[in-house]
Amino acid sequence: MATWQAQTQQSLPHSGTSIHQAPALPHGTTVLAFTYQGGVLIAGDRRATEGYQIASTRMEKVFQTDDYSAMAIAGAAGPCVEMAKLFRIELEHYEKLDGQPLTCEGKANRLGQMVKANFPMVLQGLVVIPLFVGYDQKRAIGRIFKYDITGGRYEETDFHAVGSGGKDARLTLKEHFKKRLSEQDAIQVALRALVNAAEEDVGTGGPDLFRRIYPTMKLVDHQGVRDVEESVIAALCEPLMNRHQDE
Amino acid sequence: MALPFYVSPEQMMQDRAEYAKKGIAKGRSIIAMEYADGVLFVADNPSNSLFKISEIYDNIAFSGAGKYNEFESLRKAGIQHADVKGMMYSREDVTARSLANGYSQMLGTIFSQEMKPYEVELLLAQVGETAEHNELYRISFDGSIVDEQRFTAIGGRSEAILTLLRKESPEHCPSLKDALTLCHSAFERVSDLKPSLEGLEVAILDRTRKGRKFRRLPIQEARRILE
Repeated sequence: MATWQAQTQQSLPHSGTSIHQAPALPHGTTVLAFTYQGGVLIAGDRRATEGYQIASTRMEKVFQTDDYSAMAIAGAAGPCVEMAKLFRIELEHYEKLDGQPLTCEGKANRLGQMVKANFPMVLQGLVVIPLFVGYDQKRAIGRIFKYDITGGRYEETDFHAVGSGGKDARLTLKEHFKKRLSEQDAIQVALRALVNAAEEDVGTGGPDLFRRIYPTMKLVDHQGVRDVEESVIAALCEPLMNRHQDE
Repeated sequence: MALPFYVSPEQMMQDRAEYAKKGIAKGRSIIAMEYADGVLFVADNPSNSLFKISEIYDNIAFSGAGKYNEFESLRKAGIQHADVKGMMYSREDVTARSLANGYSQMLGTIFSQEMKPYEVELLLAQVGETAEHNELYRISFDGSIVDEQRFTAIGGRSEAILTLLRKESPEHCPSLKDALTLCHSAFERVSDLKPSLEGLEVAILDRTRKGRKFRRLPIQEARRILE
């Protein structure tokens, strides 16, 4: 425990200055988001790990935060879920007190402050890195925001993925992402990115056809947030996973 | 040292009550009525940005009549209470009954201990899974609390409205259209100014909705329902 903690503490403050020391990245997750024709899609795998053990195979990492926004999380499971819950309550609380919801920008900024407030916990090794998406009703577009551990907030125009398999997912998205994908194509691309990430990364769980565990996805558009049906994802999973089979 | 004037407690309470009643009588009225799918709120409110009806929690709505700043601070306190409770325990543990109790305590304390009583009347409603589980509470300036059934009204002309509704409200739960028609006509008949539909604020607690049951009905939609 002691050495592990010393390592994290050492790696963090220097992460910006030394390229040899990797910053404390959250482990055991792939969550991704990208824009499509109607708005923005957000998706995540289902695996939670504890060291070399699989802690859960049915973890939910994508959360609806209000009528027009959703977030996905990577990092220590407890604080992650707590932050998503608290953020949702805060948005609702604001909406009720003020009589109208926050703007997309306002929500993204507020989440940044919450990530920043979590920084002392990051030094203890409890990292929370969210990925936030929202439908901006004023501009009629889907927007994506990523965060660093200090609460820095950066907007992505096309796509992003975080977590231990984030890089692998990003590589797939780089290849297959196109502007204004149709809803069907977007679901296909998201699934492909998650499957590829699961193949490369031990911390990411792929679709489990045997137990019927599939990644979760949400679409955020002008109508609000809706889940992609499990049956839709299931139907796409099998051909995707069998594509490398010998004839 | 001059002795302060003696005022009997009865006299003091009566004065305060009169003061509060006078303030409330100046305010416009609000009706809450159960309908087939939930609870309908209709307020005589010409402003379309300063609301009298608002959401407190998933299935609980609030409305206040009287002095705006006073019921607004009570509304905020209620939201705070509900959100904290829902986060600490669970969302189902937030009930209109406990909120109504809280309001009653607050208003009661203010009435007897503060310089000036609050000139407000509150209406709290919770929509249940079925019509039998709906709850309606009316809380007065002195903290007295009444558990109502089917419909209730607060504000300046509430007595006249209640008399009218008692006579005309149907035995069974009305449809949204019938409930809205009845509320609208009640306002028209008791008010000297005859508020048009534009002068009404309409909101519902709709049990068929998923999650948060509260929804405001824009005037166009209210008009469509009435047609």
